[in-house]
Amino acid sequence: MMWALVLLPLAGALIAWLIPDNRKRALVLPVFALAQLFLVGALLVDTPPVSPAGWILLDPLGKLALISNSVLFAVCAFYAVGYLAYRRRRPNRVLCAALLVCLSAMTLVTISQHLGLLWIALEATTLTMAPLIYFNHNARSIEATWKYLLICSVGIAIALLGLFFLAYSTIVAKQDVTLLLPSLISDAAALHPGWRHAAFIFLLVGFGSKMGLAPLHTWKPDAYGEAPGLVGALLAGGLVNCALLALLRVYQIAVASTEGAMFQGVLLVMGLISMAFAAVFMARQSDFKRMLAYSSVEHIGIITVALGLGKGALFAGLLHMINNSMTKGVLFLSCGNIHRAYNSKSTTTVRGALRRTPWSGALFLAAFLAITGSPPFSPFVSEFLIVSSAFVQGNFWTGGLFLVFLALIFIGMASTVLPVVLGEVPADIERTRYRDTLPTVLPPLLLMGIILTMGLWLPAPLQQLLHEAAGQLGGGA
Amino acid sequence: MNSLADQFLVLCLLLNFAVLGTSRLNFSVRSVALQGVLLGILPALVHPFSWHLAFIVVSIVLVKGALIPFLIIRAIKRAEIEREFQPFIGYIPSLVLGALFTTLAFIFAAKLPLAPEHAGLLVVPASLATLMCGFLVLMGRRKAISQVLGYLLMENGIFLFGLLLADAMPVMVEAGALLDLLVGIFVMGIVINHISREFSSIDTSRLSALREE
Repeated sequence: MMWALVLLPLAGALIAWLIPDNRKRALVLPVFALAQLFLVGALLVDTPPVSPAGWILLDPLGKLALISNSVLFAVCAFYAVGYLAYRRRRPNRVLCAALLVCLSAMTLVTISQHLGLLWIALEATTLTMAPLIYFNHNARSIEATWKYLLICSVGIAIALLGLFFLAYSTIVAKQDVTLLLPSLISDAAALHPGWRHAAFIFLLVGFGSKMGLAPLHTWKPDAYGEAPGLVGALLAGGLVNCALLALLRVYQIAVASTEGAMFQGVLLVMGLISMAFAAVFMARQSDFKRMLAYSSVEHIGIITVALGLGKGALFAGLLHMINNSMTKGVLFLSCGNIHRAYNSKSTTTVRGALRRTPWSGALFLAAFLAITGSPPFSPFVSEFLIVSSAFVQGNFWTGGLFLVFLALIFIGMASTVLPVVLGEVPADIERTRYRDTLPTVLPPLLLMGIILTMGLWLPAPLQQLLHEAAGQLGGGA
Repeated sequence: MNSLADQFLVLCLLLNFAVLGTSRLNFSVRSVALQGVLLGILPALVHPFSWHLAFIVVSIVLVKGALIPFLIIRAIKRAEIEREFQPFIGYIPSLVLGALFTTLAFIFAAKLPLAPEHAGLLVVPASLATLMCGFLVLMGRRKAISQVLGYLLMENGIFLFGLLLADAMPVMVEAGALLDLLVGIFVMGIVINHISREFSSIDTSRLSALREE
C-alpha cells in the first residue's frame, strides 16, 4: 500500500512522457494528483504497520507533511491545466513528467524511516525541481537553475557527510551500525558525543541550505523569482516541508540525546537571523516574486524559532508548517496570474491588479494579509501561539524580537503588495491574453478557503495529529 | 586495510593535486574519473567478497569511470571549451592551499576519536583532504564544468568516509546515492549546454543578471 503512494505518481510521469499531444498531456496531472490524494486519505484512515525491514512507516510527523504536500500538489495540478492553456506553444512534456516524479520523491521523504533512504529521496526532489525552475528557457531562468542546483547539491552532500558521522558515532559507541531512525532515537544518549555533535552541525547546514535558512538562502530569491508560479508554490510549500521534515528527524534524535538544549539554542538563533534577513531584504523589493522568496525565508525562520523554543511552541510550529504551505500556494498561484496578465513582475509596471484581474488581485491581497499573520486567517493562530509560548517560557528577548521582525516584515511586504494590487492600471500597458478564468482562480480560492476555515475552526482529527506529532518531538500533548 | 589500499589512497590524494593544478579541462575530468574508479575498487580490497559488494563495485566503476566522464566530456565538446583561464583562485595558490588542507586533514584526523580498528588508517585524512580540495575547486573556478568537477571531488571525499560504514549503508542506499549522483551530473550537463548557448560561454561569473538592486 505504502509503495503505491510512491509508484503511482511515477506511473503518471511515464504516461505524461508518452502522451504526444501538448494540450492533452496536462490532464494527466490532476488525474494522478487526485488518485494520490485519495490514496493518502485511505492510508490516514487505515495506516499500515511498519514495513518488515523497518524502512517505511507513516508516523504523525510524516502524516502532517504528506497531507499538506498532497493537498498542495493536487491544487497545483488543477491550476497547471489552466496555466498551460495560456502557454500552449511552450513544450510541457518535461514539466508534467518532472512534476509527477517530484511528487513521488516528496512522498518517499515523508514515509522513510531510514535516514539513507530519506536522503536519497530528498536529493531526488532537488534534481527534479531543476528542469521545473528552467521551464521558461531564458538567460535569467538558467542562471537561477544553476545557482539552485549547485548550492542545493553541495548542501545535500554536506548533509550526507553529517549522516555518515551519525552512523559512525554508533560504531565508536560500539553498537550495531545503523541509520534507522527508531534505533538512533532510542540509543541517542549512548552515541559518541563528538561525532554526534559534528553530525548535528553538518545536518543542520545541509538541510538548512535546502530549507533556505539564512544565511544559506541565497539561491531562493533567484529560483522563486524565475520559476513559474505553480513551481514556486511547490518549492515554497512542498519542498520546504520535505527539508523541514528531514531536519525534524535530526531534531528527534537531538532531543533524545543529551544535546537537545544546545541544538534548540542553535535553532532559535538561526530562526531569528532568518527573520532578520527577511525583514532587511523585503523592504523596497521591486520584484514581487522575489519578495515571496524572502517571505519564505521569514516563515522558515518562524518555524525554526518554534522548534528552538520547544515545549508548547512545537504544536504551533507544526501548525505553521501547514499554514505556510497553503498560504504560499495562494500567494504564488495568484502572483503567477498577475505576472501573466501584465507580462511583468516589477512593481514599476504592475499596478492596479484589482482592476485588471479582480480575482487574482483580491486573492493576492488576502493571502498577503494571511501570511503576515492577520486574523482571522490560520497563520495568525500559529504565530500568536508561538509568541505567547515564548512569553510563557519567560523568553522575552525572543518574543520581543519576533514581534519586531513581524512588524517590520508587514510594513516591508505591504509597501510592495499594496501598490501592485491597488490604484489605477497604467495607461500605456502591454495587452496580454490572460484573463481571470475558473481553472486559474478556483485552485488558489480553494486554498484560501482552507486557510480561512483553519483559522476559525481546527478540525479535531487534525488537532489530535498535531499533538501526536509534537509529542514525537518531545512537546507534551 | 592492506598496503595496496593505502597506495590507492595516496594516489587519490595525488589526483587531488592534479585537478587543482591544471587548466586543461579534459585532463581534470580524467583525473576525477580515475579517482572515482580507484575509490570504487577500494571496497573490494578491504571487505570480504559478496555478491552485493561485487554489484556495488562494478556499478561505481561504471558510473564514475565511464558514464559520468562521458557526460561531462560530451558537455565540453558541445560547448566547445578546452581550458580554463583566469580562475578566481590561481593554479599555484590552489596547489599551495590544497597542500595546506591536506596537511591539516592529517593533523585533524589524528585527533579525531576514531574507533580503535580505524585509528591510524589513511581513509579519514584522505577523505577530509579530498573533500576540502573539492570545495576549493568548487569555489575557485569560473567555469561551470570546473565547478561540477569540484562537486564530484567533494562527493568522492564523502564516499571515502562512507567506506568506514559499509555495514550501515545497505546496497539499496548506495545504489540510490550513486543514481542520484549520475542523474545530477546529467542534469548539470544539460544546464551547462544551455548556459553556453545562452551566454556563448560557460563562465559562471557572467551569470549575474539576478541580483538585489
